Amino acid sequence: MIPSSFSYTAPSTLDEALKVLNELGDEAKILAGGHSLIPMMKLRFAEPEHLVDLNNIPGLSYINIEDGTLNIGAMTRESEMEESGDVQQHFPIFLDAAKLIADPQVRNFGTIGGNIAHGDAANDHPAVMIALGAEVEITGTGGKRTVGIDDFFYGFYATAVEDGEILTEIRVPVPSGKFGNAYHKTERKVGDYATGGVAVQIELDDSGTCTRAGIGLTNVNPTPLRATRSEEALVGTKVTAAEIEAAGQMAAEDCNPSDDLRGDADYKRRVIKALTKRMITKALERANS
Amino acid sequence: MKTPITLKINGEEHSFEVEPRTLLVHLIREQANMTGTHIGCDTSSCGACTLLIDGKSAKSCTILAVQANGKEITTVEGLATAEGVHPIQEGFKENHGLHCGFCTPGMMLRAIELLEKNPDPTEEEIRWGISGNLCRCTGYNNIVKAIQYAGAKMRGDELPSTEPVFVE
Ligand SMILES: Cc1cc2nc3c(=O)[nH]c(=O)nc-3n(C[C@H](O)[C@H](O)[C@H](O)COP(=O)(O)OP(=O)(O)OC[C@H]3O[C@@H](n4cnc5c(N)ncnc54)[C@H](O)[C@@H]3O)c2cc1C
Ligand code: FES
Ligand code: FES
Repeated sequence: MIPSSFSYTAPSTLDEALKVLNELGDEAKILAGGHSLIPMMKLRFAEPEHLVDLNNIPGLSYINIEDGTLNIGAMTRESEMEESGDVQQHFPIFLDAAKLIADPQVRNFGTIGGNIAHGDAANDHPAVMIALGAEVEITGTGGKRTVGIDDFFYGFYATAVEDGEILTEIRVPVPSGKFGNAYHKTERKVGDYATGGVAVQIELDDSGTCTRAGIGLTNVNPTPLRATRSEEALVGTKVTAAEIEAAGQMAAEDCNPSDDLRGDADYKRRVIKALTKRMITKALERANS
Repeated sequence: MKTPITLKINGEEHSFEVEPRTLLVHLIREQANMTGTHIGCDTSSCGACTLLIDGKSAKSCTILAVQANGKEITTVEGLATAEGVHPIQEGFKENHGLHCGFCTPGMMLRAIELLEKNPDPTEEEIRWGISGNLCRCTGYNNIVKAIQYAGAKMRGDELPSTEPVFVE
């Protein structure tokens, strides 16, 4: 399968890329790792007239912690996340997710920015970013703006990134107190998208009371979903078995899965309940270790 | 409109004119005439088209040829040298790591990156490391042994037994 024809540019600076994108408007698509876009172009689900490749722009790929924030450059590859010391130490949730995303070759190419900018509720990073309370930096010709993750996903393949703009950075706050995070999804086989997935971050004060809970759900709603009621059920408590059970039940009730080849809606709700309980428990263990 | 690109394939500079929509696997097979890189699924699932781009294993059915401009590509044709076959090739040969051989070039190139990052992987790490490569013949046991053998050879350790393992 070969995509239909398009023209291709690979600018070497961000300014140049923004200029080209603004000239081309909605006929252009950004090419990052290409591992979501090229398969869609091969199937002719996407037929952009122009591709603007970000791979030759230096400085868009990095992971660092500064002033209490984990900064991830949009072009950072999945495999670079797996190898980062900062990630291993504070955010094992990304290692949980990376292990479940596609396979090593795809992870060598797929970018974190692309995974989010694709705007697909089946991708794994959106739910993780919801749990972590991330912010997304978007750059246009007029400068940079920042969008909270809850205002980022609009609809199927639609995000806050507008034509002529580039997602440049993802910022994840590093909580000052005790915290732990975890992600898991069920999949039919290695490399498959989630039947259902749950990302959790639990933050605790010194007495072990939950001060913030973040819970994001993968592939059980048209857009990546925050399990708000489940979060509220945990905050202010010691996160005992009773609260964990209640949070799991609420996540199952509040998601909107559809029947498809991965299972029917009822089955997926049960997957979400089980995973929510397990991920809260795991995040809690990590917070306390 | 065709775009000129230059890439180094197995150490040699090559120049081509390609349409931007040309996939890297087609460039390698049809313009560079190196047919050791296979096409299995054409949907980034099977790993038969795996090659190395600047040392990183990549599925060339999901990469545009223009994206490889200026890069170094290693294909299976580049593994053997005047001194002989690459340790990974020796490993597959000695351990019967292939039956039909269709998956083998991709398996070997993926295994090379795996061994470079993790010179002494456990069986589980090997199975995980080749999770993007499908083999429909061998049942994987001999592929795992082949990679363990190559790892030992590359580290300069004693070579593991190549006796077949019979599963009860
Ligand atoms: C076999 C296979 C299995 C996979 N399994 C999973 C899985 O289990 N879970 C999962 O999460 N993903 C999975 N993926 C998707 C993979 O992780 C993608 O690589 C990732 O979703 C997109 O990243 P990319 O860099 O490849 O983006 P691209 O494909 O280059 O781009 C995707 C979209 O985002 C836009 N875009 C990209 N970067 C930017 C930017 N910086 N600013 C604005 N817009 C941008 C593009 O225009 C395009 O519309 C799989 C892919 C394959 C091929
Ligand atoms: S042909 Fe590329 S992964 Fe199967
Ligand atoms: S040897 Fe036949 S597919 Fe692997």
